[in-house]
Amino acid sequence: MSTYSEEHIKYLKKQKKEKRIICFFRLLIIICFLIAWELLSRFELINTFLSSSPTEVIETTYQLLQDKTLFTHIGVTLYEVLISFSVATLIGFVVAIILWSNKIIAKVIDPYLTVLNSLPKVALGPLIIIWVGASTNSIIFMALLISTFVTIITIYQGFAETNQSYITLLKSFGANKRQIFMKAIFPSNIPTLISALKINISMSLIGVIMGELLVSKSGLGYLIMYGSQVFNINLVITGVVILGIISYIMYFAIDRLEVYIKKKRGN
Amino acid sequence: MDKILTITNLEKSFHTRDGEIKALESVSFDVREKEFISIVGPSGCGKSTILSILADLEEKSNGEINFSKDYTIGYMLQNDSLFEWRTVLENCLLGLEITNQLTKENKEYVINLLKTYGLEEFIDSYPSRLSGGMRQRVALIRTLATKPDILLLDEAMSALDYQSRLAISDDIYKIIKKEGKTAIMVTHDIAEAISMSDRIIVLSKRPATVKKVYEINMQNKSTPIHNRKCKEFASYYDEIWRDLDVHI
Repeated sequence: MSTYSEEHIKYLKKQKKEKRIICFFRLLIIICFLIAWELLSRFELINTFLSSSPTEVIETTYQLLQDKTLFTHIGVTLYEVLISFSVATLIGFVVAIILWSNKIIAKVIDPYLTVLNSLPKVALGPLIIIWVGASTNSIIFMALLISTFVTIITIYQGFAETNQSYITLLKSFGANKRQIFMKAIFPSNIPTLISALKINISMSLIGVIMGELLVSKSGLGYLIMYGSQVFNINLVITGVVILGIISYIMYFAIDRLEVYIKKKRGN
Repeated sequence: MDKILTITNLEKSFHTRDGEIKALESVSFDVREKEFISIVGPSGCGKSTILSILADLEEKSNGEINFSKDYTIGYMLQNDSLFEWRTVLENCLLGLEITNQLTKENKEYVINLLKTYGLEEFIDSYPSRLSGGMRQRVALIRTLATKPDILLLDEAMSALDYQSRLAISDDIYKIIKKEGKTAIMVTHDIAEAISMSDRIIVLSKRPATVKKVYEINMQNKSTPIHNRKCKEFASYYDEIWRDLDVHI
């Protein structure tokens, strides 16, 4: 395996080239977009008061850094997202195990889960504020409502669709339910769990921003809301851009986790 | 040889919302020590159900199953069901883990089996690197790991292509004989049954009863691939084919 044939080296080179082309075009799109945006606003072809411009976004970011509020806002949002993400993951996992281990409960709960999952949670916003109070708690509650059900459903479906022959095999050795879970259901569903984490992190972010738009004193959602109220479009767009970067970083972190786990499990 | 297992008037019905399906009407046969028995029958006649019941995966509706001693049973499924996230060795240790028998000696025993049967260089590989035939061999060693007295083979080779199947049935046969195990195999392949078995039990259509039992006697009986060349082979094939009464 240490020496490759010429054909294989060619193949590897081709792969590498393809990767570079993809990277290049990805960057090209964003750079072209930024240049076009900048030029259009420089030559006043678009109204910078309404649509801002890259340099103004950078300036606004710099200002936010100067008065040290940027990291507070990012910190608050991240804190809320991480709490919601962890709690939703935990609840999703535990509930999925309960549903998997008891078919009757699973069947009883099924229609409720479907309804709760597809209900537009924003509609509950005002109610949540009344029940939980205008605080960070209601933001996290909103995020949990949005992320928990889909996490439960994704993980449970993975559990329920586990290759039946794995289970038959373990039963032939006399395995009990706990052993079946530990030896087959859990390890064979690691990919499902990772995709549940991916869905969950985006849902938590969506939920937190939605909550912050409704009620908050800080956070990126607040920044965007405040910006729009004082008609400071620079602030709104800066908030959105930072949000985009954060969501990409969080997704990327889980993606790396996936690659790491795949490597460790030998495929 | 001593009888180690007697099955008398075994009955099994399956219940669905649409009604009741009788799979086994009344099945009786016995199994002798170190014997290789095959069960053949028309498709859907419930032959696999017998194994499921013996392996305690399914409850019988009626009848008697008597073991002469406290025998342990190993079950080999139709597909290899290797866990892709476990190495070959870890897969083979699965049964020992479940039954809490993962001692140093037992692990040593499994490693030796893997070495003896040509899987030494794959001990720490993942199943995705193995060919279909090798996977089936790993599955057999996984079954042998818990040192069962009686092996149940449920269409164990049927997922493989024809050539691999011939080769692996030869392999599996040799391993089973060398380890001195009793085996009950369910198959739809008459030739496979004749080439491997000491006795063949032919079942009727569903609901199944035992239609006929053949003692397979061949003058130059040796390994399955050789047995296919014996002069008695063709006549056994003919007779069993007629028993199965296949109409399409």
